[in-house]
Amino acid sequence: MSPPRALRVAVCDDEAPARSRLRELLADCAASMPVDVVGEAASGVQLLALLQECEADVVLLDVRMPGMDGLETARHLGKLARPPRVIFATAFDAHAVNAFELQAVDYLLKPIRGERLLEALLRLRSLEPAPREVLREISPAPRTHLSVPERGRVLLVPVADILYLRAELKYVIVRTASAEHLVEDSLVRLEQEFEASFIRIHRSYLVAKRHLAGFERNGEDGDSGWVAVVKGLPERLPVSRRQAPLARAFGRMRP
Amino acid sequence: MASIGQNRYPDRLPDFLNAGVWARSVLLVTALCFAASLARAPHWQAVPDDFVEVVAVTLPALVLWLLAAAALNRLLQRLSYAGGLSAAAALAVLCALGVRQAASWMQDSDVGDAPRQAALALFAAAAVLGFFHLRGRALSPALTEARLQALQARIRPHFLFNSINAVLSLVRTEPRRAEAALQDMAELFRVLMADNRQLVPLADEVRLCRQYLELEQLRLGERLRVQWHADKMPRDAMMPPLVLQPLLENAVNHGVESSAEPGVVSINIYEVRGEVHVMLRNPYRQDGAHHGGNKMAIGNIRERLALHFDAEAALESRVREGAYQVHIRFPYVRAPAPADEGKAP
Repeated sequence: MSPPRALRVAVCDDEAPARSRLRELLADCAASMPVDVVGEAASGVQLLALLQECEADVVLLDVRMPGMDGLETARHLGKLARPPRVIFATAFDAHAVNAFELQAVDYLLKPIRGERLLEALLRLRSLEPAPREVLREISPAPRTHLSVPERGRVLLVPVADILYLRAELKYVIVRTASAEHLVEDSLVRLEQEFEASFIRIHRSYLVAKRHLAGFERNGEDGDSGWVAVVKGLPERLPVSRRQAPLARAFGRMRP
Repeated sequence: MASIGQNRYPDRLPDFLNAGVWARSVLLVTALCFAASLARAPHWQAVPDDFVEVVAVTLPALVLWLLAAAALNRLLQRLSYAGGLSAAAALAVLCALGVRQAASWMQDSDVGDAPRQAALALFAAAAVLGFFHLRGRALSPALTEARLQALQARIRPHFLFNSINAVLSLVRTEPRRAEAALQDMAELFRVLMADNRQLVPLADEVRLCRQYLELEQLRLGERLRVQWHADKMPRDAMMPPLVLQPLLENAVNHGVESSAEPGVVSINIYEVRGEVHVMLRNPYRQDGAHHGGNKMAIGNIRERLALHFDAEAALESRVREGAYQVHIRFPYVRAPAPADEGKAP
């Protein structure tokens, strides 16, 4: 019988001491089970980059991180070809802990005890990864990035860089200043999630408020007689008749 | 519904050197004069004339009294509360009689008989002192609450657990730093859990802030950059404790922890013309859950400053050039020198 393959673990926490503490504890676990730390990351974005390079069976993921938090990171991880299992770590998030309990998601309380970590790693093999829908429910806040599967990899597109979103059959086209990406999502759901930063100008268009320059009168295009002008974009976006009052209001606000 | 904490708050005479005390006294006594005129005047049209007449005698007496009390402030504060009250009331009677005497020299019209004047002065003094007594009572729960908040909200559970976590990470590799960090934590929590109703020297509060920032530095490393400009601070200026630390905690929380980028927290403390100024600055980040807790902390601190310094202290916060900025000023009151007692002739 060959010895069992070592469990490959990645560590993600924005605080350096917390990462080194986890490394120490994982080293302690090695006495009871083979563990291989494949790498550590200081942010969700870094973690995703790390896991494109090397595979991990499990990720120890801090819930509270600046920018992309642990819950969002886990959702993006789910799009990897072979998504790792996730064990969340949190110091004090009553809401998240309740949800983890309810949904049987693996989590550890900081400061983490060695025994608890070992227990979580041993038990892990029998558990399924938390489905993305569950994570979405736990963290209703809008994501900071959209993840786009591209050529076997997962590309993160910062929401702040998105100029507009366009519905196209089953997909949504994500337009940034430099590129277009395809995500499998519905415009209605995206509209709900990003209602604070995007507005609907057309049945199939959501425009980023921060990139919206204004509206122009246009005879031929669109059926409302208006088109939207987006900063740094040569083309004009159609405005539907229903949304025309919006254009007029916007025009009044910024003459 | 008096709580135990409320009763323990010591009764104190108002600080007669405080401009707020002066303003409130003048307003109160003027209002009393107006009421007196309403009662005295034979008909409505006569009220203004009568009011002027009453005020012309009362206000000089009041100002004289406030001046005398201000001059004797130290002495009055050192007496027991009852003794101070009696002394202040006696002073009021003296001032009223003095003004009456002066008025009778200047114009030999009737100025009212002395016993009645003295009784009125006694009433006015009682009204003023009673007002400040009740005001102190009304505001003192803010102190109790401040202490509770210090225990509950002030020690953010995140800070506690993350700090312990950071110390744990040092125990094996850098035991000495772990030791220092635990000591910082112990001192920080000692102050947070203490009965924080006495004023402390500015230097103590600043030391507490440094210990707090050391702990955060441990956790946040390069991300937290601290700039102190406190070389010229008046170290012996007295202030309520836990005024700066919670503000710094907000600064770290909102300005540094919420971003992966390094952020600078700067602290500027100086003295100008008998006032201590503290300026705190941190990067302003629009995103994230902002300012609910911050507003609560600021409201609480403002209230405590008002209780201790009345109108002489102020706290302003604003966003300017991408930085969140809090400016506090309060009067430079030195600690009562302990040598005073031993200096008896």
